[in-house]
Amino acid sequence: MSGQGYQGKKNIPRITSDRLLIKGAKIVNDDQSFCADIYMEDGHIKQIGENLIVPGGVKTIDAHGRMLMPGGIDVHTRFQMPDRGMTSVDDFYQGTRAALAGGTTMIIDHVVPEPGASLLSAFEQWREWADSKSCCDYSLHVDITEWHKGVQEEMEALVKDHGVNSFLVYLAYKDVFQLTDSQVYEVFSVIRDLGAIAQVHAENGDIVAEEQRRILEQGISGPEGHVLSRPEEVEAEAVNRSVTVANQTNCPLYITKVMSKSAADVIAQARKKGTVVYGEPITASLGTDGSHYWSKNWAKAAAFITSPPLSPDPTTPDYLNSLLSCGDLQVTGSAHCTFNTAQRAVGKDDFTLIPEGTNGTEERMSLIWDKCVVTGKMDENQFVAVTSTNAAKIFNLYPRKGRIAVGSDADLVLWDPDVTKIISAKSHNSNQEYNIFEGLEVRGAPLVVISQGKIILEEGSLHTTEGCGRFIGRKPFSDYVYKRIKARSRLAELRGVPRGLYDGPVCEVSVTPKTMTPASSAKTSPAKQAAAGGQPVRNLHQSGFSLSGAQIDDNLPRRNTQRIVAPPGGRANITSLG
Amino acid sequence: MAERKRNWDTENDDDLPVYLARPGTADQVPRQKYGGMFCNVEGAYESKTIDFDALNVGQRGNRTPRTAKSGTSCSPTSASSQCKESTWYDMKDSGAEIKTTRGKEFLQNLGDDKSDRLLVKGGRIVNDDQSFYADIYMEDGVIKQIGDNLIVPGGIKTVEANGKMVIPGGIDIHTHFQMPYRGTTTVDDFSQGSKAALAGGTTMIVDHVIPEPGSSLIEAFEQWRNWADEKTCCDYSLHVDITHWNDRVKQEVDILLKEKGVNSFQVYMAYKDFYQMSNSELYEIFTFLGEMGGIVQVHAENGEIIAEEQARMLEMGITGPEGHVLSRPEELEAEAVFRAITIASQTNCPLYVTRVMSKSAADIISQARKKGNVVFGEPITASLGTDGTHYWSKNWAKAASFVTSPPLSPDPTTPDYLNTLLASGDLNITGSAHCTFSVAQKAIGKDDFTQIPEGVNGVEERMSLIWEKAVTTGKMDENMFVAVTSTNAAKILNLYPRKGRLAVGSDADLVIWDPDTVRTVTAKTHNSAAEYNVFEGMELRGGPSVVICQGKLVLEDGGLHVTPGVGRFIPCTPFPDYAYKRVKARKQLAVLRAVPRGMYDGPVSDFSPLSRGGTPSASARTSPTKQPVRNLHHSAFSLAGNPAQRGPPTTEDLPIRPAGRRIVVPPGGRSNITSLS
Repeated sequence: MSGQGYQGKKNIPRITSDRLLIKGAKIVNDDQSFCADIYMEDGHIKQIGENLIVPGGVKTIDAHGRMLMPGGIDVHTRFQMPDRGMTSVDDFYQGTRAALAGGTTMIIDHVVPEPGASLLSAFEQWREWADSKSCCDYSLHVDITEWHKGVQEEMEALVKDHGVNSFLVYLAYKDVFQLTDSQVYEVFSVIRDLGAIAQVHAENGDIVAEEQRRILEQGISGPEGHVLSRPEEVEAEAVNRSVTVANQTNCPLYITKVMSKSAADVIAQARKKGTVVYGEPITASLGTDGSHYWSKNWAKAAAFITSPPLSPDPTTPDYLNSLLSCGDLQVTGSAHCTFNTAQRAVGKDDFTLIPEGTNGTEERMSLIWDKCVVTGKMDENQFVAVTSTNAAKIFNLYPRKGRIAVGSDADLVLWDPDVTKIISAKSHNSNQEYNIFEGLEVRGAPLVVISQGKIILEEGSLHTTEGCGRFIGRKPFSDYVYKRIKARSRLAELRGVPRGLYDGPVCEVSVTPKTMTPASSAKTSPAKQAAAGGQPVRNLHQSGFSLSGAQIDDNLPRRNTQRIVAPPGGRANITSLG
Repeated sequence: MAERKRNWDTENDDDLPVYLARPGTADQVPRQKYGGMFCNVEGAYESKTIDFDALNVGQRGNRTPRTAKSGTSCSPTSASSQCKESTWYDMKDSGAEIKTTRGKEFLQNLGDDKSDRLLVKGGRIVNDDQSFYADIYMEDGVIKQIGDNLIVPGGIKTVEANGKMVIPGGIDIHTHFQMPYRGTTTVDDFSQGSKAALAGGTTMIVDHVIPEPGSSLIEAFEQWRNWADEKTCCDYSLHVDITHWNDRVKQEVDILLKEKGVNSFQVYMAYKDFYQMSNSELYEIFTFLGEMGGIVQVHAENGEIIAEEQARMLEMGITGPEGHVLSRPEELEAEAVFRAITIASQTNCPLYVTRVMSKSAADIISQARKKGNVVFGEPITASLGTDGTHYWSKNWAKAASFVTSPPLSPDPTTPDYLNTLLASGDLNITGSAHCTFSVAQKAIGKDDFTQIPEGVNGVEERMSLIWEKAVTTGKMDENMFVAVTSTNAAKILNLYPRKGRLAVGSDADLVIWDPDTVRTVTAKTHNSAAEYNVFEGMELRGGPSVVICQGKLVLEDGGLHVTPGVGRFIPCTPFPDYAYKRVKARKQLAVLRAVPRGMYDGPVSDFSPLSRGGTPSASARTSPTKQPVRNLHHSAFSLAGNPAQRGPPTTEDLPIRPAGRRIVVPPGGRSNITSLS
């Protein structure tokens, strides 16, 4: 399905050639900005510099010193997502169109297999949908909705043969998608050994279920019940728990949809302690808050339903933007998953049935520009980092994506920082009737969008080609993530203390139930032998990390290799008096 | 003895309804300001401040009715002759420097009658709020007078404190004496254990009742009562551990709270497939106890991950005690603490974290307190005094003797850190988690660390160790010392000011503390039956020179005179002010309201009721007991009132923003330092 030339499918006359020259642009990467011309051919950037020698007859765009930046990467979309027989209204065509209109030239969608279904077949299904409809390059995350031995094998296949390097687990949706702590531990161990990235939907599903029941009992059935039953603490708790499990398993962690201050704080603290964890705020959490759940208009209130919910604290967006600017949060997605009012109305008498998701793929870049760059929280380079470069690095697409350099893909955006527009459902490119940012005025928007070396957006008009999006496979062991993990796994070897045999008296024990945990825990985790440190996994691990090898100091008696290892930056100890 | 016990019981029976009714009547009580850890306890003021008149003009001291009454009560039975004897004796020795005792055998003979009256002269009384010089006169196990130049009946025994500190006897809030474990029992039974406690200056212990999963809580409670009544040498109270959860357990908890004098219950987040509770169960237990006025104690460790890690360790061939600490890294403790706090905050229930063993767990607690959560942390003697490096000892028996859960942290700076937080008030209460096994018992796990019975000693060393680590180093003063060793514990158990304070009317449990004595802890001389002492060789400054329990001299001149069986069960009542005042206030704010909207009458999509339905239907099965709880709630808190009465959510007053929601600004406010704009 890959390939590069897509002239054939729908002949759009405007695209004259694969060759393109942009003159006089200020090229903005995540590390620096400089003025240069840029020449691209066959979807790749071929030359950057001044006074380029280019073939005659190429189309030329004069940038007039405007900023040219790598096209955005939306790391979290859910186009065409099935939910109980319904499908979200933006399919891959409509969704990627909206993305391109907003300056995003690559999306990473989530494959959500039904529990019980095969990951691989779900993956193929999504590939099929996306290949036929997507207008920009895409890649796929796969969600782990249940856990057993077969899933592990499928994960291996996905990583090795299908270009997937990230898996999402759910700590919420009790009795549907939710995994237990033990299962999460095993999933993380497998992910670490495969060199992938563990994504987590972080909410404590047990507590949410209890709260939902309590709130329904109190007669609250409208959308406000959604946010009341999912207080932000519950999100922070789950983030903390997944950080703990990730630390234990030495697995890189990625928190999707950071919606609240406290969850963001937990991530920031964990990073200070040296945990390899990334946080992804989404367009909705950066741009609006949860006060609309109390709207008298049911349809409007329902349009904001997403999980974790938008925080009712109106200072949240500002706070998250600040953390994004200071680097405590790194990546932005949109979690674009749109349902019509009629679809939402499935839950008109019970908020727990309302399909979840908000729009945001089109608004993402402009909104961040408006909230962060215009306000002076971040500069243009940082903007590029959080909208594309960091995502490309984490998911091992860098420098093909997320950077303007010779050899990179020709996915570019010519950014106009001065244009102002008002977001409205009337003019947006999504199929949804509501836009949660309705009426918001944002400064900054793409002037020209180039995807795969072709001009997609120009002079306000969008020229997309259905089905020209390529699937971009991603390799495991992304350097950005795994360099530290590898170093740590070398240190994390544990050893027993060699002692003489204890030969004193031993008390008689009646075989009462107080057997300790390991024996009994086996039953809950069928995939145990292979998963958490069984021999096969160890081997995989070791083959992946030839560096770890045998240790010279293998027979040192004491625990100098124990992982008390000071975390980078040291452990804060300010309260110590003595 | 028994008679007095009965008295207490009846008194408390009388009290009980009053306590329970208090929430409803609270609006008549003048509003008291309170805040932070030293919140005032209702009714504490009378006995708390010394009667300054009595102090200055000695004569007026005996004017109080209490004294008069006690004067008459002194008379009974055969005591008179002996009384005289001792009068003579006392008068003769009254100028003497130290104590006017004769000898041990004499003391023990006196036992019941004469030593019921006791005068401690010239001591510096140390409470958690202030220190002052005064004499204390006690009778019948109760402090009758405090002041200078007390008028006391003749013929009483006098202890000369010589300006030394007199502090309330310690309360060890966490012990496991005589704990059954797979057919064996911990080596320190209630007699041995409470003896060790008294030797260390602790005059009250609170033990944990651990029912086998599936068995009755009340039966287990009665069993523990029997054991303890028969053997304890000092007053005691009991926590009950909830090891499984269903409707019946809930009823039993209700009975224990209302009739049996138990106000604190422990749940386990560790010990997977055995004691461990799921998050949903925790939520229900917390909700229930929050409504009934109990204190939830939590053994905080993530049992699921531990089980995984244990399996991994054993697979890697690590079977010794070091595997114990390797499989229980401190993060797992911190994670569970965080989770418990989240659930407690959701359910608006006060939380008590037992055994804070690591820096990170302590940090989480102090952060939560800063955010306004009602949470208390209990470091134990072992975590305050030693660290986990010994798990790597080559001596298996020694390494095994340190095995406890959560484990001691291998980070050697941990004890110091925990002492600092204890001094700063972020941690409040100290226990010992005294649970001792002999080496032979520990050796059950000689080939598999997961089988080693868990527990360390510490009941005897607790007071001295905290003095050494926190007071002599200047981290805390003597008043804070009293707060963390007894007062806070008494407050949280709702025993204050009967225990944990030196005041007229309080129990005569007190300790004359000698800050200069130096003692080396060793298994050779300790009072526990364990062969190992985890503090072996540690030199501790500060120790009790005299211990008075129930008004009787128990420790004197280094000689310990205990009587097994004299310990009384002290019933604890629910809704301790220390924890519940704030909770009650918050309950009133936490009323949620729906938004009244017109019916949605637009089109509705068809959908298949497929698996991805909302959760509540599925979760209902785990919680069969929801309905009654609500009712109990309403009846127990008349203050909170019926939400329907206090303002039917009419359309005009309806908040667009979540006004009724508990976004309520936490005390101290939420910090927002990163905000740039």
